[in-house]
Amino acid sequence: MSTTSARPQSEPASPDGLSEPRLLGAYRTMALVRALDERCLALQRQGRIGFYAPHAGQEAALIGSALALETDDWVFPAYRELAVALVRGVPLQAIVDQLFGNADDLVKGRQMPNHFSFRDQHFVSASSPIGTQIPQAVGAAMAVRYRQAPAVTITYFGDGATSSNDFHAGMNFAGVFRAPTIFFCQNNGWAISLPRERQTRSATLAAKAEAYGFPGVVVDGNDVRAVHAAVRSARGRAVRGDGPTMIEAQVYRFGPHSTSDDPTRYRPEAQVAAAREHDPVARLKADLVAVGRLDEPGDARIWEESRAAIAAAVAHAEKAALVDPLSLFDDVFARRSPRLEEERGQCAATLGTPSRSP
Amino acid sequence: MRRHPRDPVEVAVTELTVVQAVNRALHEAMRADPDVVVLGEDVGVNGGVFRATDGLLKEFGADRVLDTPLSETGIVGTAIGMALYGLKPVAEIQFLDFIYPAFDQIVSELAKLRYRSGGQFPCHVVIRTPYGGGIKGGLYHSQSTEAYFCHTAGLKVVVPSTPADAKGLLLSAVADEDPVIFLEPKRIYRAVSGEVPDGDHRVPFGQARTVRDGTDVSVFAYGAMVPPSAEAATTLAGEGISAEVVDLRSLVPLDEAAVLASVAKTGRAVVVHEAARFCGFGAELAALLAEKAFYSLKAPIARVTGYDTPFPYALEHVYLPGPERIAAAVRDAVRAN
Repeated sequence: MSTTSARPQSEPASPDGLSEPRLLGAYRTMALVRALDERCLALQRQGRIGFYAPHAGQEAALIGSALALETDDWVFPAYRELAVALVRGVPLQAIVDQLFGNADDLVKGRQMPNHFSFRDQHFVSASSPIGTQIPQAVGAAMAVRYRQAPAVTITYFGDGATSSNDFHAGMNFAGVFRAPTIFFCQNNGWAISLPRERQTRSATLAAKAEAYGFPGVVVDGNDVRAVHAAVRSARGRAVRGDGPTMIEAQVYRFGPHSTSDDPTRYRPEAQVAAAREHDPVARLKADLVAVGRLDEPGDARIWEESRAAIAAAVAHAEKAALVDPLSLFDDVFARRSPRLEEERGQCAATLGTPSRSP
Repeated sequence: MRRHPRDPVEVAVTELTVVQAVNRALHEAMRADPDVVVLGEDVGVNGGVFRATDGLLKEFGADRVLDTPLSETGIVGTAIGMALYGLKPVAEIQFLDFIYPAFDQIVSELAKLRYRSGGQFPCHVVIRTPYGGGIKGGLYHSQSTEAYFCHTAGLKVVVPSTPADAKGLLLSAVADEDPVIFLEPKRIYRAVSGEVPDGDHRVPFGQARTVRDGTDVSVFAYGAMVPPSAEAATTLAGEGISAEVVDLRSLVPLDEAAVLASVAKTGRAVVVHEAARFCGFGAELAALLAEKAFYSLKAPIARVTGYDTPFPYALEHVYLPGPERIAAAVRDAVRAN
């Protein structure tokens, strides 16, 4: 880990560091997310879900960062962060229901897969425009401070988002208002087809923090412990009132940007193969095996249990009811306007459904 | 202080301009609720470039009145985050003409958060912004682009035309549960003064106001176009033409019942706005009347609007509808049958 600021990383690894039982838990979540990726890519190819954005290569960054947060912290995600939601206690079923957009989906089938909202876990609604969540996380952090709550906000974004005007606005406001925010950048090397070196001439993405007046930290995103320590340290700074931190977790996206993307058009297979040598899941497994916390049969059981849990959740999601067509008109406003009532009635007539006014 | 003549219960009133009424509403909203915060460019120490936020910093302090860096994206983006966490931010955008850096935050985020989260993350932000021409502001301090916001599901769009409505609609906006774009007619910030009820005076959204009763033709206007419409009606009364003037007050939600009732009575409609004509709000009103009042109409629907050009500097008096253009359109409508 290196830092671009003069401020040293003085936060001790203990007692905040990840214990071996927590590391094993982290590994289980990593396996679940990796297995979910594999299943969902297949489901999308079979036409059973409409879209999917895979996480492979980024599990340690996602899970290590999420484990460093507290219950009262708020997460402002992009769309590749379901692992964070899992760590924060969102049930796998709720995630799979969102991927299917069924009647049990908490966002009522209104968004493409991977665009989650989990109020109870302070996992804020994700959208597709790049970087828009960044100033929102800063505003929420300003509200945290106004309320004098011992909490922080964290926002997740990729290397591509560092070119967005929202990134600049958010970083700048956070610096000026000393907002208790963590800017967690997953630099996975590619913004769809654009390589990191074409995104900016800056030596690192974290270096940008210096211009906004707060520390930027580069961390090996394949090392779950290093990520956890970096976020824990940033969180401590924020809660103490010392302001924001940007963390650049250097990772590699093994798969496509999404199921709509064909990465063979823009990057050589050899690069992917080289990155897979540093697979965060394999790395943590090796560490756990080395300290005697995991063996091959135990590992096989973890993967088997993950796949079984996913199969059960998918089966349940496919049996769930479809979204009520007339829910189309709900949640536009707190209450349906006369105009929406009228359109709802027209829609009901078109569908031959009685217009129920709850 | 005087008594408000139209109020059955005696309510104390104060004579204020539009901008003073905005200022009064902000003071009262912030006194009533510690979750109300104000943010924007020059809103604190300077009290706002139009002085709409004058005195707030002194009374409520820098934790609640935030002078922000010069970034509309940042202002609206952070306001959204504050609202998600439970505060009630009132953001000022210095001119509507400068709101576009925040357009993504408004249209993609603010307007859609409640919907896209299945109701889990409602987001109540009020965005106040001066709009409209008549101050020699040229291309970038004059525009009326309310239609962009009316076209986006999830936003309420409100435009007061009197001091009493400026306060009453703004207090309703702060108390609302949905995002509100609050457009302040800067041309009449100080040109109009009137009695404003003291205390928690709220004007509900979706209730148009009949400025002047009439029987021959309905003139629909909002914001800074209400005074010239009323002036035209006075002129026309001298010619024996009885024009009803209706101030829409809120464009979303629209008081369709009031619009339709007026045209059912008069049979003629003239729509006035300073925004460009093509795809302007008047097009929606004309469509509404064609769909739901066709058999009441005795004359074609007329629109008196800005032209389909960028907003000019030297020729702003040519561009903006005034009493003469409005009166001419009304005469044409009345003569049409």
